[in-house]
Amino acid sequence: MSDDIVIKVDNVSKTFKLPHEKTSSLKSAVINFYHRNRTFEKQLVLKDISFEVKKGEFFGIVGRNGSGKSTLLKLLAGIYSPDSGTIQIDGRLTPFIELGVGFSPELTGRENVFLNGALLGFNRKEMQGMYKDIVKFAELERFMDQKLKNYSSGMQVRLAFSIAVRANTAILLIDEVLAVGDVNFQQKCYEYFYKLKREGRTIVFISHDMDSVQRFCDRAMLVNDGKMLFSGKPSEAAILYKRINFDDGSGADPKDLAAAGALGVKSKDLQIELTDSAGKPTNTFTPGQTMTVRLNWKNDSRVQFLGVAIHRDDGLYVFGPNNVSDKRAVQEGHNKAEYKVKLNIGTGQYYVEVAVFGKDDSDKVYYNPQGPSFSVHNPADWQGITELDHEWIMK
Amino acid sequence: MRRFVTKQNRALVSELVRTDFKLRYQGSVLGYIWSLLRPLLLFVILYIVFVKFLKITSDIPHAPVYLLLGIVLWNFFVEMTMQSLSSIVGRGDLIRKIRIPRWIIVLSSSISALISLFLNLIVIAIFMIINHVGLTLTILWFPLLLAEIYLLALGLSMYLSAAFVKYRDMNYIWEVILQAGFYLTPILYLLSRIPNLTFRKLMLLNPMGQAIQDARYAVVTHDTITTHKLFQGGWYEYIPFVIVALILVGGVLYFRKESKYFAENL
Repeated sequence: MSDDIVIKVDNVSKTFKLPHEKTSSLKSAVINFYHRNRTFEKQLVLKDISFEVKKGEFFGIVGRNGSGKSTLLKLLAGIYSPDSGTIQIDGRLTPFIELGVGFSPELTGRENVFLNGALLGFNRKEMQGMYKDIVKFAELERFMDQKLKNYSSGMQVRLAFSIAVRANTAILLIDEVLAVGDVNFQQKCYEYFYKLKREGRTIVFISHDMDSVQRFCDRAMLVNDGKMLFSGKPSEAAILYKRINFDDGSGADPKDLAAAGALGVKSKDLQIELTDSAGKPTNTFTPGQTMTVRLNWKNDSRVQFLGVAIHRDDGLYVFGPNNVSDKRAVQEGHNKAEYKVKLNIGTGQYYVEVAVFGKDDSDKVYYNPQGPSFSVHNPADWQGITELDHEWIMK
Repeated sequence: MRRFVTKQNRALVSELVRTDFKLRYQGSVLGYIWSLLRPLLLFVILYIVFVKFLKITSDIPHAPVYLLLGIVLWNFFVEMTMQSLSSIVGRGDLIRKIRIPRWIIVLSSSISALISLFLNLIVIAIFMIINHVGLTLTILWFPLLLAEIYLLALGLSMYLSAAFVKYRDMNYIWEVILQAGFYLTPILYLLSRIPNLTFRKLMLLNPMGQAIQDARYAVVTHDTITTHKLFQGGWYEYIPFVIVALILVGGVLYFRKESKYFAENL
């Protein structure tokens, strides 16, 4: 394995044998036992999956329920073993398939903390060092000597989560179930994900919630019916995922859509790049920062109209000017443009829509309905979707 | 070996054993005291039945201790194999959701059984003092005999726990085998009461029979019939050890093969 690849999955397939348990009578059970022909239904859950995850990457695996993504996670975790193919993992790994695995209702909160810590690889001494912080973070100081069965489910999740965030392995496998619960808890989870990202840990994140995948993942893979449909930008995986989920009636095979090259976006002819004010490519911003959208298209004499619109991933149309109304004409021979915008917008996941048109939108020379995505994380100060000019006057 | 004795694995075993122990006496008033009280009460019953009613005292010196030692060792064997048998299935939530070495679960349930064994041995030590059992140097063999029983039970535990994942009939089958074993092993009766010599020999080729008799010889009285005495040397007397080794190796190999599929078969 090369240096920066920490997970390498090569042609992995997995079949489950589901026994037909119709041994309704003792007689048939005995006969079946002797004949040894208990019928099995073979269910192919994953077929020829190959991918690599680089060190420090936040890698998303998306797919519908039953698409095989959880099986894939369990294969990565070493809980299942593949029928064929190989999985190489470089470094220690912690899977989070469920919160509070091994919690015992008959033990006290305190005892459960130590047991759960051991499952994460911490010995008693290490746990004693962290114990206070864990309890404080879970806000359960008064309840630690009570039995877990007397906890509310919210309290259990809080306790489990505050132990889980202590996991210090280089690789983490996270199932979406982690981010269940009330808004407050979700926020905590998201903060945790940001922290993991900052620390440069490698994360494999499984979800069918495209919002969080687009928000956190550097790369995403779409799994459908046990096969890998797409691997690349999370935003593109998201579009494809939506098409699979809400079949538009066109009858288009998702495979063809994927093969069409990032969903009909002619990326070769229209290149879009997001950079910060220093010209460094990035896709994370804070409010008030200036984002530059660099456009570079294949020369075409028809081009007159440029439009760059910002959308929030939930469909909110944020802002969309164009060069014509801003009175900046495209001259003959131009094939590059920079669009600078001050992002006075709140926390969220956004994407740009780019139009490079002729006279009007009947002449779509180049068009990308969902281009690169970026996230804005508002560290504090104000709340809401946008920062308005404001002033305080004290009297 | 380094691969197995990691910091993580040690922490895991210690926490699992603690949990087992805490849960065992969960909700009982006397709690841990039961671990000592149980063998004590058992001894009282044995004493009344065998010494007062059946009067076997005349056949063998220190009969109560002699009997109790056999029973304690056999109970350890039963407890360890029965607990381990269901350990993998019982900890299914862990196996399906996180990555821990599977053998750790069997190991920690075996350690729980070992702990109760040691508590029982304390009780035996007390009765040895009361009964004025004279110690000889042969007691040095005792730890080795314990190790033999432990390894035998461990091999079987590996086999049983893995098989139980697939075949849930295992626990009933094993219970019946243990019942048969209890009577085929000279635990409650003296081997000298078996008139047929071939039968005696066969019974002492069984590793449990051999180990219990040897333990009695080492700890209680040299009047005990042992495998060594019965075969008067010769390579036959090593058969029990070969059986233990075969079971252990076979159990570990089978467990290793099956453990890959625990998560999906559970």
